[in-house]
Amino acid sequence: MNTAALWLAVVGLGLYHGLNPAMGWPLAVANGMAERRAGAVFATVLPLGGGHAMAIAVALAPFAWLGWYLEWSRAIRTGAGALVLLFGLYKLARPRHPRMLARIPPGRLAWWSFLMATAHGAGLMLVPFMLGLCAAPAPGMAAGAGAAATGHAGLMGQLARANLDTALLVTAVHALASMLAGLGMAWLVYRHLGLRFLRRTWFDLDAVWGASLALAGAAGIALAW
Amino acid sequence: MLNTLRPDPTFHPSARLAMEAPAELIAYTVLLSPDRSRPDALAVVDVDPQSAAYGTVIHRLVMPHSGDEFHHFGWNACSSVLSPLSGHAFLQRRYLVIPGIRSSRIYIVDTQPDPRAPVLVKTIEPDELLRKTGYSRPHTVHCGPEGIYISTLGGAGPDGTQGPPGVFVMDCENFEILGRWEIERGPQKLHYDFWWNLPRDYMVSSEWGLPPQFESGIVAEDLLAGKYGHAVHFWNLRERRHVQTIDLGANHQMALEVRPAHDPAREYGFLGVVVDTANLEGSIWTWYRENGRFRIRKSATIPAESADAGRLPALLKGFGAVPPLVTDIDLSLDDRFLYVACWGTGELRQYDVTDPMKPTLAGSVRVGGIARRTAHPNGRTVGGGPQMTEISRDGRRVYFTNSLYSSWDDQFYPDGVPGVQLMCKVGAGGGIELDPAFCVDFGPHYRAHQIRLQGGDCSTDSFCYPSA
Repeated sequence: MNTAALWLAVVGLGLYHGLNPAMGWPLAVANGMAERRAGAVFATVLPLGGGHAMAIAVALAPFAWLGWYLEWSRAIRTGAGALVLLFGLYKLARPRHPRMLARIPPGRLAWWSFLMATAHGAGLMLVPFMLGLCAAPAPGMAAGAGAAATGHAGLMGQLARANLDTALLVTAVHALASMLAGLGMAWLVYRHLGLRFLRRTWFDLDAVWGASLALAGAAGIALAW
Repeated sequence: MLNTLRPDPTFHPSARLAMEAPAELIAYTVLLSPDRSRPDALAVVDVDPQSAAYGTVIHRLVMPHSGDEFHHFGWNACSSVLSPLSGHAFLQRRYLVIPGIRSSRIYIVDTQPDPRAPVLVKTIEPDELLRKTGYSRPHTVHCGPEGIYISTLGGAGPDGTQGPPGVFVMDCENFEILGRWEIERGPQKLHYDFWWNLPRDYMVSSEWGLPPQFESGIVAEDLLAGKYGHAVHFWNLRERRHVQTIDLGANHQMALEVRPAHDPAREYGFLGVVVDTANLEGSIWTWYRENGRFRIRKSATIPAESADAGRLPALLKGFGAVPPLVTDIDLSLDDRFLYVACWGTGELRQYDVTDPMKPTLAGSVRVGGIARRTAHPNGRTVGGGPQMTEISRDGRRVYFTNSLYSSWDDQFYPDGVPGVQLMCKVGAGGGIELDPAFCVDFGPHYRAHQIRLQGGDCSTDSFCYPSA
């Protein structure tokens, strides 16, 4: 898979997460309606997006950091893929929803969004694609001669930094796509479609979500080989 | 329980959408054997005017034990499942959770596949409830965050006085008792009803009395000494913490039913107080939140009616008057009409509460009553008076039963309270009228208490989106 396709996957997953009601856009609708002003819809999406971004970053950062073990690259990517695949299969086998999350006070939206995304494995879903992007040669990294001058440790340090930068960039791009999709849905329902739409279109995505994780994991393993 | 791919069609994001749902065709009514000689039962009542069986019992599910005394009950899941915080709206309104207030036993009844012939699928024995919660005498059932919330009236020990009563949580899929709800209960020592505003994250609870104060009948000395509950409690719902108590004054005995506005954008609700020991009047209180603090105001009173002592039971002879005894209140889904059951005087009142601080009387019907004993329009005499009230989702029909609590029935209505379920039709702009054609007779051996309507009603569902 080339770099453009990987970035497309990052953006696509962002839109997918944002459109999933479980990630929070109905909260933006409810807050807009309660305060009877459109501004409240926008204000709600910000903490939701922030929490989601944190959940993605927390999952991606450790894998990005591991990525500097270049010689273990294949094993790490296969292992990460297998982890995501297994988490997806677990979600499919045990569809119970984490009801504990309903206990978080409605005022702590960013915290709710963080925990909800983490419980769903939203960040894990991105790991295989991010690792694909980490392996792509960053500017100034590919030249072996230049690296030799700074020594092995220097190269590794550069790689680790570059991989963390990639993780943060993936997080930002994904979260932005997710926020825009969620905001779009919230706005459409708040302004045009009304609550009837919510009742008509709220499908249980748990199985689809589990399958998406399994698929992402399988893709990660395939990309490593 | 089977999960669904779509939310149950009887779940509604807002109260206004619930009002537009199809009319109810079936009502479920709990029946109790007052002398505990027979097992209690769940009656399925046909309320479809097009049906040949309209206004009759089409099925009776008799329980395996006797002595439960059915009181209040509820659904495993309701519109609160659509809370945007749950992120998962795929449960079914399918199971009825029916506690025995005297036995502390809890029955789980499945209304599928045939809603007209529900079946018993699980029984939770009292020792399990006691072991896991330290509570007894389970009472009000609401579906909420994390599962089913059930309030209790008693603590541990044979008479339920060891430790305060409270609320416990039950899993809404496998019906396992998860444990106590309260983390910090503050000064709360008594319990009766509870309800909440889910998006605003607060709960309101009320007080009746401890089991020795109600199980063998009303204790007149306790009543006159102001020892029944007279306070209302406010809680932080998600933090499970008591935040405020408002004492109504010891003369306001038995602060029972709590009815918050259905529209969660409205931060007020109503509370019914059974009797004022100073003058025997009943009262309606309106609570509201102002700058983060809860306040409450007595917003309507219903005076006692003088009566010939010869028509009064021993308990009331000395007073020469009948107290209205406000034992139930219910609020229509549009938050416009509050129905007030005056079980003593045999009156059902309809108040227009468009201005919640100034309820205005909009309609009234009379049936039964301690001294009046008003007959139903179909000619039948009715023991007891209007009691547990349930409003149809569209607000056009108000169903009610006539029994309060077995031992109290006998004190106030010594001639007996044979179980009936009656119905009022509501005028488009208000006003109520008893339907002469609707009079469900449960026979002489059973009394009737709470009613639940298939698809939800006005005292079960909580909504997470404003009606705007």
